[in-house]
Amino acid sequence: MSRIGVFICHCGENIGRTVDCEAVTEALKDHPGVAFTEDYKYMCSDPGQQLVKKAIEDNDLTGVVVAACSPHMHEKTFRRACDQAGLNKYMCEMANIREHCSWIHEDRGEATEKAVDITRTIVEKVKHNQPLESIHIPVTKRALVIGGGIAGIQAALDIADGGHEVVLVEKEASIGGHMSQLSETFPTLDCSQCILTPRMVEAYQHPNIKLHTWSEVEKVDGYIGNFTVKIRKKARSVNEDLCNGCGDCQEACPAKRIPSEFEAGLGNRTAIYVPFPQAVPNIPVLDRQNCTLFKGRRKGLAKDACGKCKEACLKDAIDYDAEDTFIEEEIGAIVVATGFQLYSIGREQPEGLKGYGEYGYGEVPDVIDGLQFERLASASGPTAGAILRPSDGKEPKTVVFVHCVGSRDSEKGISYCSKICCMYNAKHAMLYKHKVHDGRAVAFYMDIRAAGKGYDEFSRRAIEEDGAEYIRGRVSRIFRDGDVVKVWGYDTLSQEQVVIDADMVVLATAMRPQDGVRELAQKLSVSTDEHGFINEAHPKLRPVETNTAGVFVAGACQAPRDIPDAVAMASATGAKVLSLFSADELEREPAVAIVNENTCIGCMNCAKVCAYGAIEQREICTVDGHVCGHVAYVNPGVCQGCGTCQAVCLSKSVELQTFTDEQIFSEINALCYWE
Amino acid sequence: MSAPSRTLATDILEATGINPATCYQCGKCSAGCPMASESDLRPHNVMRLVVQDRREAALSEQSIWLCLTCETCSARCPNACDPARVIDAVREMSIEAEVADMPRNVAAFHRAFLEQIRTNGRLHEMGMVMEYKLRSGDLMKDVINAPGMLSRGKLSFRAERIEGVAEIKRIFEKCGVTP
Amino acid sequence: MTDVAYYPGCSLHGTSREFDESLRAVAAELGIGLTEIADWSCCGASSGHTTDHLLGVALPARNLALAEAQGFDTVLAPCAACYNRLSAARLAIATEDGLAEQMPDILGHPFANSVDVHNAVELLRDASVTIEEKVAATLAPNPLEGVKLAAYYGCLLVRPFEVCGYDDPEQPTSMDEVIDACGADDVDWDMKVECCGGAFSVSRTASVLRLGRAIIDNARSHGAEAIIVACPLCHSNLDLRQKAMAQRGEEPMPILFVTQMVGLALGLAPVDLGLGRHFVDTEPLIARLVQQAAKRVAAEKLAKEEAAAKAAARAEKQKVGVAAGTSGAEGGEAQ
Ligand SMILES: Cc1cc2nc3c(=O)[nH]c(=O)nc-3n(C[C@H](O)[C@H](O)[C@H](O)COP(=O)(O)OP(=O)(O)OC[C@H]3O[C@@H](n4cnc5c(N)ncnc54)[C@H](O)[C@@H]3O)c2cc1C
Ligand code: SF4
Ligand code: SF4
Ligand code: SF4
Ligand code: SF4
Ligand code: SF4
Ligand code: SF4
Repeated sequence: MSRIGVFICHCGENIGRTVDCEAVTEALKDHPGVAFTEDYKYMCSDPGQQLVKKAIEDNDLTGVVVAACSPHMHEKTFRRACDQAGLNKYMCEMANIREHCSWIHEDRGEATEKAVDITRTIVEKVKHNQPLESIHIPVTKRALVIGGGIAGIQAALDIADGGHEVVLVEKEASIGGHMSQLSETFPTLDCSQCILTPRMVEAYQHPNIKLHTWSEVEKVDGYIGNFTVKIRKKARSVNEDLCNGCGDCQEACPAKRIPSEFEAGLGNRTAIYVPFPQAVPNIPVLDRQNCTLFKGRRKGLAKDACGKCKEACLKDAIDYDAEDTFIEEEIGAIVVATGFQLYSIGREQPEGLKGYGEYGYGEVPDVIDGLQFERLASASGPTAGAILRPSDGKEPKTVVFVHCVGSRDSEKGISYCSKICCMYNAKHAMLYKHKVHDGRAVAFYMDIRAAGKGYDEFSRRAIEEDGAEYIRGRVSRIFRDGDVVKVWGYDTLSQEQVVIDADMVVLATAMRPQDGVRELAQKLSVSTDEHGFINEAHPKLRPVETNTAGVFVAGACQAPRDIPDAVAMASATGAKVLSLFSADELEREPAVAIVNENTCIGCMNCAKVCAYGAIEQREICTVDGHVCGHVAYVNPGVCQGCGTCQAVCLSKSVELQTFTDEQIFSEINALCYWE
Repeated sequence: MSAPSRTLATDILEATGINPATCYQCGKCSAGCPMASESDLRPHNVMRLVVQDRREAALSEQSIWLCLTCETCSARCPNACDPARVIDAVREMSIEAEVADMPRNVAAFHRAFLEQIRTNGRLHEMGMVMEYKLRSGDLMKDVINAPGMLSRGKLSFRAERIEGVAEIKRIFEKCGVTP
Repeated sequence: MTDVAYYPGCSLHGTSREFDESLRAVAAELGIGLTEIADWSCCGASSGHTTDHLLGVALPARNLALAEAQGFDTVLAPCAACYNRLSAARLAIATEDGLAEQMPDILGHPFANSVDVHNAVELLRDASVTIEEKVAATLAPNPLEGVKLAAYYGCLLVRPFEVCGYDDPEQPTSMDEVIDACGADDVDWDMKVECCGGAFSVSRTASVLRLGRAIIDNARSHGAEAIIVACPLCHSNLDLRQKAMAQRGEEPMPILFVTQMVGLALGLAPVDLGLGRHFVDTEPLIARLVQQAAKRVAAEKLAKEEAAAKAAARAEKQKVGVAAGTSGAEGGEAQ
């Protein structure tokens, strides 16, 4: 016979105001199986917990029901108290009479009745609770970081400095991400390369970091602490162990007019190339799409059409027949840091986005995007830092900066604010004015969003000290008229149409998630929002965790982020991973499904519906070891306790240990038949 | 709870399905409006008056009659506010409330045009011009270069009248419009 | 080829009868059957929907209902304004609550909203391959070969996108494709989709002049010899109003309907295309183009003859060479 203690909390006024707690105590007192009742002002306070502990000891309680707030708030608190008093902690449950009752009702009488009902159902449930043990799972103390931008680099360094191995996977030929393309960075205008390159080198040389560039994550299996990750090392055609980075191959390559991704199309590269001089690692990749030899092979030429790089390479590092290879790594935690891309100003747009025909779909050569401007302003860029317009290489005397292109535009597919462009527009206007003293910088903006330390001051400086002209209004049309780029705008403050004959226009285009991030998210079982940004587990309280345990998120793949944000998030994931790695085993609640092998008919319906892939097939044997059939098996490390399998099992063989059919039916019975 | 009170914005929402509150006054509509230089109120100003519930000011404003319905504003609005459609709806309300301050000749034109359709089922330019002149009081102005039109066979003195004129009259009646 | 229901609209029966004439002439050449909707009525143009939304839907709907009753599934509305009103009505009835139910009562006819609406540019674009073939097969020299023409779409062919949707609303290409199919050269200019002043043609001529001038000036500065339109309103605003511009000493710019252009390329007589009905005289332009074309053809013919003569001479020489036994690799390959 159960001996259950029921503890009713007033939660100050929170519950007491609408629920008559004494009446609830009175009603439960004589409920069958209840051995002790008590109400108290703050049950979660230290004296409240003492009260629970003492009652367990004094009355030899076999179960505890705390009628108070949501289990999200304090289940852990009271279970710990029970544990300390020697009662198996899973014999303790909470009845939510605050969120589910006092907060949402006005009538005291009705609320009190409902509180009694809620508490009774939980008492009935606890009668069927079984003492359970927490689940312990081993942890592989090696982290995977996907994406080698500033966020990924920072996360990798923090984890590696904490003494654990890190596998860093970057899909491009070099790490560095977008930060490596930037000229100077707001709000301090320090040189981006100068602060980034040391970190890149540090990551490369760190004994705990294993770097795979030109690689992608192919497949992820397993669960927190126990992932198996398959990595595709794309055919680089250059042997990383042999190559010494001399660059002779690049010199020799005749395919020299390929638009460089790093220069945002403003410069050229060869087919075998290192994306930029400070690249890490300083080992080229061979771009087979554009290579003369491979073009020839695709056309089926009998003889190779080129081979100059191989001839030039004294290290014999080049291998035209290299193929993609795969490696597998055992991993305990994963950090996703795949960053962003810019909204394309061209005519071709991904599904759901429309592009800007009224701005010429980027067909006017002197209409560029922010990254292109960064390259023009960068000392290492195609113009060696001189602001020269792409069409004719002349110095533009009037430059128009257009804010919010693609952002805050639900019609064109993106409703959010990209957060960083107000700042980099101010930066661009400033850099331009610093370089072209007699030039005119005009910015069309809607609002200036510069919330950050020193940010507003920075954007004001662009206006007050550097003389950028800010016009409040969106631009209607941009087109090329002879030598000038016409910009039709409106000044909503002085209430007049504005037409500017610009020499160059810079569109501050929206920050979007990287292509392919949805597929990656699927491999990781993490969710993405409507735009493709990775979802965090809780927007306020768990900003760098995802809804899959052991997978964390940092940087601009979660939402538009600037460098300080990205780095802060990265370090936060580092701390999360290190705390996960601080123990040899993980403790998890036993809120998982379990299969009754005696009744399971092996139909595997449960496995089909499990969204987490937690259910496998397992062979069963006769006593003498012959395989005589198979049953389902739930991997407790993977199971998330959603209960879906329980609903579909025909033979009623799979149940959540913490929500058995018996428990649920007794709850329902308590509601329907008690009076 | 009390019923939400009627405002110009809720009326517009009801008539057009457009929520004027989605307009964030970016001015993109007015930046491209071909009539902005001639009107006191540009499309984004109309949107503003609607949001502020300044019914009188909006309905009796002459500028709303200067909109060409070219749809440039609506095509480029980042929030699908469709200012051209909102202006259309404001115009309709303005006629209904009998506060329309149509420039005399614009009003004359619309009435003359609709009268032609109601009586003939098709437009008879010559008839319409006569009617327009009477209504606008612009008797002397040769608005369409009539002699030139006649000599090029573009105008005729005889109106085309369709057989189903009664149906057209019915449509006008059912829609509650009398030119 | 099946017939389409033809909705000429008031303008094509009146002030823009050359659009009607040239359309019929071109359609006949291209094998497209046009059946005028019996007893069609005015779509209400901008006066309809500016005054009353329901009237603006019901007036065009009557014509859709007639086409439907007369057994058609497609209506051709060459006038951009009619096209826009008919399409907008079709869309409104399909999407706005209650309109579909109201229609039969208002119209006094059953109506299922089952016909599609097309414009003339769309029709010609879809026929551009045929046009190209026919132009190539025309005996008379193509007067449009290489001539720079500016495609002017205006508002009503492309906006709103939900209503029109057959082409890009900001950077349309359909009319340019037709220009190319005619062998002419489409001009890349800036005012393709700017408004010409539309319905203010009569009531606010000053506005129309301002807007029209900007369009014509831009086309001219980009080297266009004529502007191609597919809307009677655009045509009269640009053509008729040039009289006022001419008074200020501005060069006239011929404005041609897209169908007239196709007709010229197909070798039809200007008079059959109503080209004499314009205010800006098209004769000098056409005369010049015809002359130019004749010269070009003559020059080409001459060049061909010369080339043939040269080839013959070379062949002759080679024969001699072969006969003399000095055949090289070239001679071997020729066998
Ligand atoms: C024009 C412009 C100017 C800017 N100026 C400033 C400034 O002045 N100050 C400032 O603080 N911020 C600035 N920023 C913002 C800054 O660029 C970002 O905050 C920063 O780059 C974010 O870093 P990240 O690592 O999250 O993403 P990224 O830099 O985008 O790095 C992501 C990395 O992941 C890799 N990757 C992507 N997908 C995969 C995959 N599936 N597998 C493996 N690898 C993958 C990418 O190749 C890339 O290397 C600017 C941004 C722009 C566009
Ligand atoms: S030539 Fe050989 S060693 Fe030198 S960079 Fe190229 S691949 Fe490496
Ligand atoms: S094979 Fe030739 S084209 Fe290809 S990367 Fe080497 S040098 Fe360049
Ligand atoms: S940060 Fe500024 S420019 Fe960027 S989307 Fe937001 S408001 Fe627009
Ligand atoms: S409870 Fe949910 S997560 Fe666990 S095995 Fe069943 S379906 Fe999978
Ligand atoms: S109607 Fe649209 S374009 Fe005009 S101000 Fe409002 S949001 Fe901007
Ligand atoms: S529809 Fe009217 S308000 Fe809108 S741009 Fe055209 S003229 Fe201006």
